[in-house]
Amino acid sequence: MLKDITLGQYFPGNTPVHRMDPRTKLILLVVYIVALFVAKGVIAYALVAAFLITAVALSKIKPKALFKGLKPILIIVILTAVLNLFYAQGERVIFRIWKLTATWEGLETAVYMILRIVMLISGTFLLTYTTSPIALTDGLESLLSPLKKIKVPVHEIAMMMCIALRFIPTLIEETDKIMSAQKARGADFESGNIFQRAKALIPILVPLFISAFRRADELATAMECRCYQGGDGRTKMKVLSYARRDLVTLALGLLLLAAVITLKALGL
Amino acid sequence: MTPVLEVIDLSHIYSVGTPFQHAAIEHMTFSVQRGELIGIIGHTGSGKSTLMQHLNGLLKPTSGKVLLNGVDIWKDKATTRSARFKVGLVFQYPEYQLFEETVYKDIAFGPTNMGLSKQEIDRRVRQAAQFVGVPEAHLEKSPFDLSGGQKRRVAIAGVIAMEPEVLILDEPTAGLDPEGRAGILKNIEAYRKAKNATILMVSHAMEDVARMADRLLVLDHSRIRMDAEPSEVFRHAWELEQIGLSIPQVTRVFLRLREMGISIDSSVYTVEQAVRELQRVKGGKHQC
Repeated sequence: MLKDITLGQYFPGNTPVHRMDPRTKLILLVVYIVALFVAKGVIAYALVAAFLITAVALSKIKPKALFKGLKPILIIVILTAVLNLFYAQGERVIFRIWKLTATWEGLETAVYMILRIVMLISGTFLLTYTTSPIALTDGLESLLSPLKKIKVPVHEIAMMMCIALRFIPTLIEETDKIMSAQKARGADFESGNIFQRAKALIPILVPLFISAFRRADELATAMECRCYQGGDGRTKMKVLSYARRDLVTLALGLLLLAAVITLKALGL
Repeated sequence: MTPVLEVIDLSHIYSVGTPFQHAAIEHMTFSVQRGELIGIIGHTGSGKSTLMQHLNGLLKPTSGKVLLNGVDIWKDKATTRSARFKVGLVFQYPEYQLFEETVYKDIAFGPTNMGLSKQEIDRRVRQAAQFVGVPEAHLEKSPFDLSGGQKRRVAIAGVIAMEPEVLILDEPTAGLDPEGRAGILKNIEAYRKAKNATILMVSHAMEDVARMADRLLVLDHSRIRMDAEPSEVFRHAWELEQIGLSIPQVTRVFLRLREMGISIDSSVYTVEQAVRELQRVKGGKHQC
């Protein structure tokens, strides 16, 4: 049941989107998000949406998987939509309840807001679905490496992220196992009030923490045994390199951003 | 007599509708009589763990049924919950689930969840501790101060304290030294005798299961490959090696002897049997 959590999950594949350099994907995501927030009007939104849809189609990720990832933020989406519907200033009134007034202008903003959040999350999920955590941290480390000049421990940060991501599935599996074991002893996590439920978590949390510390200890020893001593002079097994398709996609991304900005400037 | 446990055409499929969909067990059918000790063997990923978690209602079958004393354990919520107590499940490396401040409290976790009276809990905790050989002096200690073998015993006691009719153990001796292994196997036998309990034991230590079990279930690729007495199973020792399982050392020696052309029964699996068989072949002379 816990295994169904899709946050940060990677779906292996061999599509142009999967093969793309992680750095390109990271930059592209930033460009895409900026474009999304600059976008105004139907044409601009359609352009950004077309960009996203093309990427999803190329990646062969099932739209169903993307929507599943959207479920947890459904409440935020609805709340934003409702707030916008009533708060936007406008003349053309649809209906009134008590002191609240829903306007057509509000409805318009609400729809744009929903689209913006959904597209924002879908784009981000597309990145984590098509990029393995290791490639992602590698890309991030490479992009942030100029910061080393001002003494930011980029390699250490990337290594920490990498280890954290690597252990998410392990810890989920461990939690599943401990939950099963305690359930086998009659532990009940589903009934009772909020305090009883919180207390019912102790039999899971204590073993989980102990095992997390044990794992951390073992991992540290194993790394030291292999003479790990930070990033200085460390070489990579897979050296990242930009290919032509990276340049082409980046150019396309920048074109999208330029188009969206122009549209806004023209006031369309 | 109705069997204690009946598994009818059980299948379980993980992650239905995702790219990771796969069947862990397919169309398994078998039954277990009261008091039997059954060894379950199979290589990693053959469906042993998934099967075990169906027997006490931790996993819901995709199709098929599990009957406990003739009643479907998924009949209603109360039945499922009571199945958890009637079928005790000891997971692999159970010492990793200890969480209480004292050994006593940890063993009492199961009985407390059953809603028993204080005296009854106390009786069960002390008896369970005795079964697995945890001395009284340890009951007030923190479980995290004990040695690995002792922790394992405490964890097993935590399940035994619920006094289940059926006790299922997943690799109860994994990672223990020979002395610890022998000790735990003896404790399991003792519990079986005292309560006329049914035991299902998953193990890779072929010598142990072969010696203890009345019957062996051999799992391979999510299905039951063999369901027979140990001597019958080890008659097909060659087949076991084919599916990647080890066979007892004496059996291997006898198989080789047969290959060398000596007419000898290669279904032996204990040293005593081997001695007897050798004496028979040699014509009853006590020379070996």
